[in-house]
Amino acid sequence: MNTDTRLELRQREIIEEFEMFSDWMEKYEHIIEIGKELDPISEEHKVDDNLIKGCQSRVWLHAELNSEGIVIFTADSDAIITKGLVALMIRVLSDAEPLEIAKTELHFLEAIGLNSHLSPTRSNGLLSMVKQMKMYGIAFSAR
Amino acid sequence: MTQSGSYDVNAIRREFPILKKSINGYPLVYLDSAASAQKPLSVIEAQREYEAHFHSNIHRGVHTLATQATEAFESVRTKIADHINAAQREEIIFTSGTTDGINLVAGTWGRANLNEEDTIVLSRLEHHSNIVPWQILATEKRFKIEVIELNEDGSLDESSLNEKLALNPKMVAISHVSNTLGTVNDVKRITALAHSVGATVIVDGSQAVPHKTIDVTDIDCDFYVASGHKMYGPSGIGFLYGKHSLLEQMPPWRGGGEMIASVSFEEPTTFNIPPYKFEAGTPHLSGVVGLGAAIDWLNSVGLEKIAAHEKSLIEYASGELMKIDGMKLIGTAPAKASVISFLVEGIHPSDIGTLLDGLGIAVRTGHHCTEPIMTKLGIPGTVRASFAAYSTKAEVDALVAGVNRAVKLLR
Repeated sequence: MNTDTRLELRQREIIEEFEMFSDWMEKYEHIIEIGKELDPISEEHKVDDNLIKGCQSRVWLHAELNSEGIVIFTADSDAIITKGLVALMIRVLSDAEPLEIAKTELHFLEAIGLNSHLSPTRSNGLLSMVKQMKMYGIAFSAR
Repeated sequence: MTQSGSYDVNAIRREFPILKKSINGYPLVYLDSAASAQKPLSVIEAQREYEAHFHSNIHRGVHTLATQATEAFESVRTKIADHINAAQREEIIFTSGTTDGINLVAGTWGRANLNEEDTIVLSRLEHHSNIVPWQILATEKRFKIEVIELNEDGSLDESSLNEKLALNPKMVAISHVSNTLGTVNDVKRITALAHSVGATVIVDGSQAVPHKTIDVTDIDCDFYVASGHKMYGPSGIGFLYGKHSLLEQMPPWRGGGEMIASVSFEEPTTFNIPPYKFEAGTPHLSGVVGLGAAIDWLNSVGLEKIAAHEKSLIEYASGELMKIDGMKLIGTAPAKASVISFLVEGIHPSDIGTLLDGLGIAVRTGHHCTEPIMTKLGIPGTVRASFAAYSTKAEVDALVAGVNRAVKLLR
């Protein structure tokens, strides 16, 4: 499989998954479920250094480059909807090569109608988190 | 729908075009008026009418339009002075809003009067706009900032108030109504106490003006600031009331046109008299006209009636919300206006806010620009529902149903 399309496929999978929901509350219900299922970040990484401060909810993000050159993200948030959105980001961007992460255009939130959560005025830390994930991709690819 | 006495909330709602809007397929339930109130048609029309038929620059033309614009502008100054019972119209300075007004007082009166060794007193209830201008000035002038602490219910701690006043502060800066907890401060009494120790008093009235009749002569405060958009008027316009004797002594703030008497490269430039001394540049003219229309609108409905309507909604909403398991109201001071802040145990306020938005219900979540309150209470923020003249009992029911639904999903 072409590595450029791998993350694209992950995004399409999420878009399809959300197609079955007709209204906002169902979408949010699903996001809440996804948030609850997110693998916990280890306590040693849930520290202020990994905190992405949003105005309202807090997001912790940790990144690791494993021996195979694959980036693994773990994250958490004190707000469950934010955590669900964070989990979706991780589904797309974690377990990927640094360059893939740096290059990927994230369009799935727009496709599922949740792009407003990425707006700079939303202040839930999500936009900063995506930027931070990309920065990790760039930093790790330079190694 | 509530209809108490002659108060016809449905008739009032018809005057607000935005309230007909749908959000996410649901009728808009606007419970964020403490952040910004919606505007009645009369305000929207007054601004449009001004722009379409009367606009010109003020104070400086001999032509007809300039005269008409100046008259429209200056008549609002008189209207505000009457509305808050100022001794004279020259005590009203147009600002861009409350924040601008506080920065003006800090930047002129504060800069001229506060020095090392001095103390000023704020309360923990203050909005960031009544904290940060003082902090910025304090880093330069090195005076001390002391904070009046709160009781559990969000009212001012009387012993803390007395303790801070005993420090003989030069300035007391206090909100009339807290934007986060709704606490109404007895600013008349606080002003008298502050004056008795020689302090100058500024009252942040941004949350009081839409709910209360303001009488600055009765309060006897030295400065009073407010924003147009909190009182059904336009954003980008507000006013500062200042006692004339103080305004006369205060140095100018922003330099520019209109605030001068005479400008020269050879002689010292001299300044205009108050209020013009503090109104450099061309103001937000249509905003001023809109603010005048907003005051007319408030008076046509009657502030007492609005306050009574809001009070009944707050009482009803508090009772209904408290039926929700894990509900905690933040701010339960005996004297309260306009807002209900709450938290549900184990649930982040932003999650509730997001789900309510999905149901077309607009509330505010977060720290409401009052981080010191949140720090003290040890909470990340609150959900805040705020009420206005056009709010209804049915909207309270929608809020309560929405919170119930959100809580069910989030638990």
